[in-house]
Amino acid sequence: MRPLALSSACIASSLGLGLAATLAAVERGVSGLRPCRFETVGLPTYVGETPGLDGSQIDGPLARFDCRNNRLARLALAQDGFEAAVETAKDRYGPKRIGVFLGTSTSGILQAEQAYRHRDEAGQLIGHIDYAGTQSTFSLAEFVLTLLGVCGPSLVVSSACASTTKVFAAAARMIEAGLCDAAIVGGADSLCLTTLYGFNALQLLAAEPCRPFDAERQGLSIGEAAGFALLERAERVAGEHVCLLGVGESSDAHHMSAPRPDGAGAVLSMSRALVASGLRPDQIDYINLHGTATRIGDAAEDHAVVTVFGDATPCSSTKGHTGHTLGASGIVEAIIAMLAIRHGLIPGSPHTLARDPDLRCHYVTDARPAQVRRVLSNSFGFGGSNASLILGRAA
Amino acid sequence: MSASALRVGVEAVAIRGPGLPDWETSEPVLTGATPHQTAPVVLVPPPQLSPGERRRSVPSVRLALQVGSAAVQRSGLDPASLPAVFASSGADGETIDNILTTLTTATREVSPTRFHNSVHNAPSGYWGLAVQSQEVVSSVSCHDASFAAGLLEAAVQAVTDARPVLLVAYDLPYPGPLERFRPIEGSFGVAIVLSHAPSDGALGRLLLRVADTNDDFSGCADPGLETLRSGNPAARSLPLLIALACRAAASIRLDLGRGALNVQVEPC
Repeated sequence: MRPLALSSACIASSLGLGLAATLAAVERGVSGLRPCRFETVGLPTYVGETPGLDGSQIDGPLARFDCRNNRLARLALAQDGFEAAVETAKDRYGPKRIGVFLGTSTSGILQAEQAYRHRDEAGQLIGHIDYAGTQSTFSLAEFVLTLLGVCGPSLVVSSACASTTKVFAAAARMIEAGLCDAAIVGGADSLCLTTLYGFNALQLLAAEPCRPFDAERQGLSIGEAAGFALLERAERVAGEHVCLLGVGESSDAHHMSAPRPDGAGAVLSMSRALVASGLRPDQIDYINLHGTATRIGDAAEDHAVVTVFGDATPCSSTKGHTGHTLGASGIVEAIIAMLAIRHGLIPGSPHTLARDPDLRCHYVTDARPAQVRRVLSNSFGFGGSNASLILGRAA
Repeated sequence: MSASALRVGVEAVAIRGPGLPDWETSEPVLTGATPHQTAPVVLVPPPQLSPGERRRSVPSVRLALQVGSAAVQRSGLDPASLPAVFASSGADGETIDNILTTLTTATREVSPTRFHNSVHNAPSGYWGLAVQSQEVVSSVSCHDASFAAGLLEAAVQAVTDARPVLLVAYDLPYPGPLERFRPIEGSFGVAIVLSHAPSDGALGRLLLRVADTNDDFSGCADPGLETLRSGNPAARSLPLLIALACRAAASIRLDLGRGALNVQVEPC
């Protein structure tokens, strides 16, 4: 594929607000995970909660979008000069030529969870819910389109935890087909009871901060985050930008909530990303793993990575920093990959104490400086949905 | 933004909705030869899944897999060879209502099966399982414009990758209190196999163009079909399905959320 520059990006997660805070946390091995005190949740687990969300109500003309997920999205969009970059792109291309391709898995469901607690005798909710603004799967994109004043082709991809990696593929196709000149990609997933109690029911939540690729790993920690990137054709933007070089997608055809143990679906998505980028495996300097710290998931991904890359390429999961931000994990990790390239850094894996001796990939636990030209980042989700992207400097 | 037009072929179509049980029975209703009479939509467990998965299959999975399988069968293509786009305004309403209700109880014991069925991509995930496909499958939403957005995404895939793509669109009502905030008319599913180059057996050709307009969307002359079209996001496909059933040239305008998708239909 033709490289697409990430000409601007922004992020909000438990590591803090903005790229600088995120980079500082990754450089220093800081984790955003804390014992869960979220809402009325009484589970013995850790979560990555984003600071500044409580009391950040959306009011005025956009009040109908007010919910935790859109607040999180707004918080991210306000960082790193992203809104100004979108204004410049609007001037250059026109608002109709900027597509919006975002991912989320649960939108603003926390609001419905709370509303269900207050029902009348007929079972009807006592409160009001703005479905299109907060509950609809598309509500995140509707909010972002309205807030930023762009009106190109738009979609929400909701393929569970692969969502915000798959949006890069959707955007690349739309730009390739000539339907837009630039695209805003990314998304948001915010803490809610559905995912916390749901993963608890699957016995996948760790009682401690998650420890990806650790011999004693117990499962995942949930986090929340939002992140966005502006994609433009590399040749149309001035300056040196990290670019999207390739994306690959595949399906497991194995199980709704467990990966194929042999990692065959992951092998396919990574191989397709390499083919799309025209790169060989040895041209990848770092792999940001999906690595959620489940026993079977990490083992399957390890197998897949070693199959495609051998055991020399440095890799790590950054879920110990941010927690598993579910539908947002793809954009969060794409942004961490971008920072790794820009600042010459291989991220580490806080909380991973003793690497699992049965896992063979070159797993990095402590962040270290290194020349990083190209990164592959994996995202795998429920429904056997796999996606891998490659970021790097355009050749 | 009228510059780029996408040309695709329609290899096969399947439908399931109130009074529209399958494509053969629905064709005379869509052409207007017989009047539309609403009837309950029968959703059956997908035969391709394992017995346990069949038993636990939720309404959206049943509907999506039913129309998806029917369309692919009519196309004569191997279902495992097709990339697929699944478009729906929301996730499975019955599952979401069940989880939201469970979360109000003291123990909040969400069923693990309910949880994995709550994701928007449950139907596309089960599709991959049912047909053993490792191809690219996406699950997309554009609220009320989900059908047109899914059609555009599927057409873009067919054209950029030069291969046939399956589009499945489906929407079902919420059973619980969310129904009041998000009323959806009946259960409606449609599946279309698109190709980059129409085969000899193709139903028609489509020329898709994104247009900068927000009105004059196509409707249905039959009041029953129009009620469905305006009340169910997946049923917004009806003007296109009518044109395909009539095997006549037509110009259709579908709501794309921001702007419109103009569809020129030419019979093959």
